[in-house]
Amino acid sequence: MIPAAFDYVVADSADAAVAALAEHGDEAKLLAGGHSLIPLMRFRLAAPAMVVDIGRLDDMSYINDAGDHIAIGAMTKHRALETSDLLAAEAPLLGHVAGEVGDPSVRHRGTLGGSLAHGDPASDLPAALLASGGSLAIKGPNGERVLEAPDFFTGFLETALAEDEMVTEIRVPKAGGVGWSYQKFNRRAQDWAIVGAAVMLGPNPKVALVNMGSAPMRHNGVESGLAGGAGLDAASVAGDDVDPPEDLNADAEYRKHLARVLVARGIAEALG
Amino acid sequence: MEVSMSVNGDTQTSDVEPRTLLVHHIRDTLGLTGTNIGCDTSSCGACTIHVNGESVKSCTMLAVQADGTEITTIEGLAGDDGELHPMQAAFMECHGLQCGYCTPGMVMAASSLVAENPEGLDETAVRQGLEGNLCRCTGYHNIVKAVLAVGDTA
Repeated sequence: MIPAAFDYVVADSADAAVAALAEHGDEAKLLAGGHSLIPLMRFRLAAPAMVVDIGRLDDMSYINDAGDHIAIGAMTKHRALETSDLLAAEAPLLGHVAGEVGDPSVRHRGTLGGSLAHGDPASDLPAALLASGGSLAIKGPNGERVLEAPDFFTGFLETALAEDEMVTEIRVPKAGGVGWSYQKFNRRAQDWAIVGAAVMLGPNPKVALVNMGSAPMRHNGVESGLAGGAGLDAASVAGDDVDPPEDLNADAEYRKHLARVLVARGIAEALG
Repeated sequence: MEVSMSVNGDTQTSDVEPRTLLVHHIRDTLGLTGTNIGCDTSSCGACTIHVNGESVKSCTMLAVQADGTEITTIEGLAGDDGELHPMQAAFMECHGLQCGYCTPGMVMAASSLVAENPEGLDETAVRQGLEGNLCRCTGYHNIVKAVLAVGDTA
């Protein structure tokens, strides 16, 4: 359970990190808090020849009011999100969900950018970002681009990031006063969600599901229902048009059942 | 590569392979075996230490990531005169341990939790706050009592 050998370099800026990625191509991985990458490396599911440590880029750890949205540095730790008064007031779904990740010791190390770039459909924060209508600022050798969250998550542990790109900032529209909910179902403390549902109301309601497909996903059918005023009834289609994974915890039918139940609970809580 | 960190107040400089996990560095290189290894997958919390004052699972951190940090392990919690940290004393007083395997991690996670919540903790907050630390003797009730004995008056 020791990672394969690798070379290690500490990046002292985002530019230096991108340059290192450009130099080493698909041999390199960025290391932020390490709570997604190090377990993968220990199981030998990942064996990068070069690890570029961006965990010391403290200037990429911030939560700022940027007018119509909240700007969050990619190296911001879950603990900082969970305890942020600004997020609690303006983007409470994301702050709340950050506090649902793992356990306190995990949240002391894990970062928002790292969790999103890992692209795990069973992870909490991608669903929170999707339901929040957020976007990601991405730096590469040729400058910056911004992707909406649905365009970022492309498959199982896959994102739209190129080999030489990194997430630098996460942007979440202000949603103070908008109804929201996060429903996470698991059997044991600190487990991953067997299924989860993030709900955000407002003029363009958004519903994202955890562990209901190969990538973090929004559910268009439920969203259309909510936009059309279906209220709680919108949850009835949460098990349609999805292809959930099957494992020891749940088969596909059970996951579809959970999705309907959790989305209904989420809508009910968000409606208050 | 060379790494230097403060461990229980002493600066420790060592040459480590980048892939060395912090928990192995602490146990095998520095000889501080109070930090246990349990699940090895960041689930059980037996390897919990403090990095810059915050609880961290040292099986999921590389020694090179700890370069320049301040580490506290269970050995560093008591005072120089041997007086137990209040959390250690409370675990003893409340019988918050049975086999003792989870105890170093429990004490480190609990002391971090209390430090982060100076306004005090109730039972629910303690149980949720320790969800990353598993006790297979099922001794949770007395562990929670011990943490509340410290956290309530913090």
